[in-house]
Amino acid sequence: MDDIFDVMIIGAGAAGLTAGIYSSRARHSTLILNEGAIGGQMVLTDEIANYPGVENTQGYSLANTMKKQAKEFGCKIKSNIQIKEYQLEGKVKKVSLHDGREFSAKTVILAPGGKPRSLDIPGEDQFKGKGISYCATCDGDFFTGKEIAVIGGGNSALEEAVSLTKYAEKVTIIHQFDHFQAFEHAIREAKNHPRIKFIMESELRAFEGDTGLQKIQVEHLPSGNISEINVEGAFVFIGYMPNTKAFKDLVTLNSRDEIIVDEDKNTSTRGVFAAGDCIPKKYRQVTTAVADGTIAALSASAYLRDL
Amino acid sequence: MKLLQTNLQEVETAAELDKMIKENDNVMVCCGRMGPMCIPVYDIMEELEDERSKVKFAVMAFDSPEAGIIRDAKECRSFMGLPFTMYYKNGVVTAATSSIQNRSQVMSIIDEKLCN
Repeated sequence: MDDIFDVMIIGAGAAGLTAGIYSSRARHSTLILNEGAIGGQMVLTDEIANYPGVENTQGYSLANTMKKQAKEFGCKIKSNIQIKEYQLEGKVKKVSLHDGREFSAKTVILAPGGKPRSLDIPGEDQFKGKGISYCATCDGDFFTGKEIAVIGGGNSALEEAVSLTKYAEKVTIIHQFDHFQAFEHAIREAKNHPRIKFIMESELRAFEGDTGLQKIQVEHLPSGNISEINVEGAFVFIGYMPNTKAFKDLVTLNSRDEIIVDEDKNTSTRGVFAAGDCIPKKYRQVTTAVADGTIAALSASAYLRDL
Repeated sequence: MKLLQTNLQEVETAAELDKMIKENDNVMVCCGRMGPMCIPVYDIMEELEDERSKVKFAVMAFDSPEAGIIRDAKECRSFMGLPFTMYYKNGVVTAATSSIQNRSQVMSIIDEKLCN
């Protein structure tokens, strides 16, 4: 075992980094373990204009500032690690990594966030970066003058579809339901755009092509009919799912695989707290994740005092 | 002028990249922007700098005219997602990827194609 910490935080998105700032500032020895890139979904956001006190910034920049703040208070951060096992019961909690290292702490804050849903259909891996994209801001200009599809029916899908019309000749939105789950203004803007078409009540079944994406197979759900649509690009925006698979038997999850917490962010396991996109809530914003991380850290601090 | 805010060496010209490839047996260059698909790859590279000392890690700004050496490379002809990442062994392109990659994908290319 390498070290024993007061607080161990799993995840380095907005909730995890905030918990790290508060916990290390309270002079608890604090370790953040993170399986992905630091910043979580913040770095997937190009521009953040509604974070109070910060006029306008980019997601990676806000994440870097939070990371710097946490480190300056003495928080240790290990990112891009691969976690093998969690032991969350008892007074000392342990995390084992695939490389053999082990870390332990008196309390744990789970902030693993969420991950973009993938379609898991044939061709998705093959054409990632060769026609399939998950970021309109990053890759939109590769599709100038081309016909593309946008998969999804939420705010991201509709807003990005409109944004992609700056480049693409024609954008077809494909959505599984007969209605959208987006804000009215986003729906109106997409519906009023002359170069956006809609295929409703339909799901993708396959991506096909040669060296790059050339067409998609789409099933019309009510009839079961499969049609082929020629597109050179497909942007996938079908939402996020909580990253909680590893905690299934360790803390209580709800039917949507979110970690159930009380108002102080206590999970069902004593000394284990949860924050951010992994817990049930209606609004998932950087600001709400920051609030969750704050509460979890303060609750963990109170738990340590009572030990 | 450096355009990417990373802790990695930024290659600014095609000649500089050429020199790096000639002087180092194993080179990984990530050509991108400061965007959400690129930053996670830079992050992984920064960490691997300590762990894979036989590999030279560098970044190059995608929008620099000099980055044509990567953008227009035949290995990237079908690429339509940032970043474009090139792996060179003994001066030759041994692997190239398009779009975001996770740590295990990057490690497996490094271990199989560069440090084999």
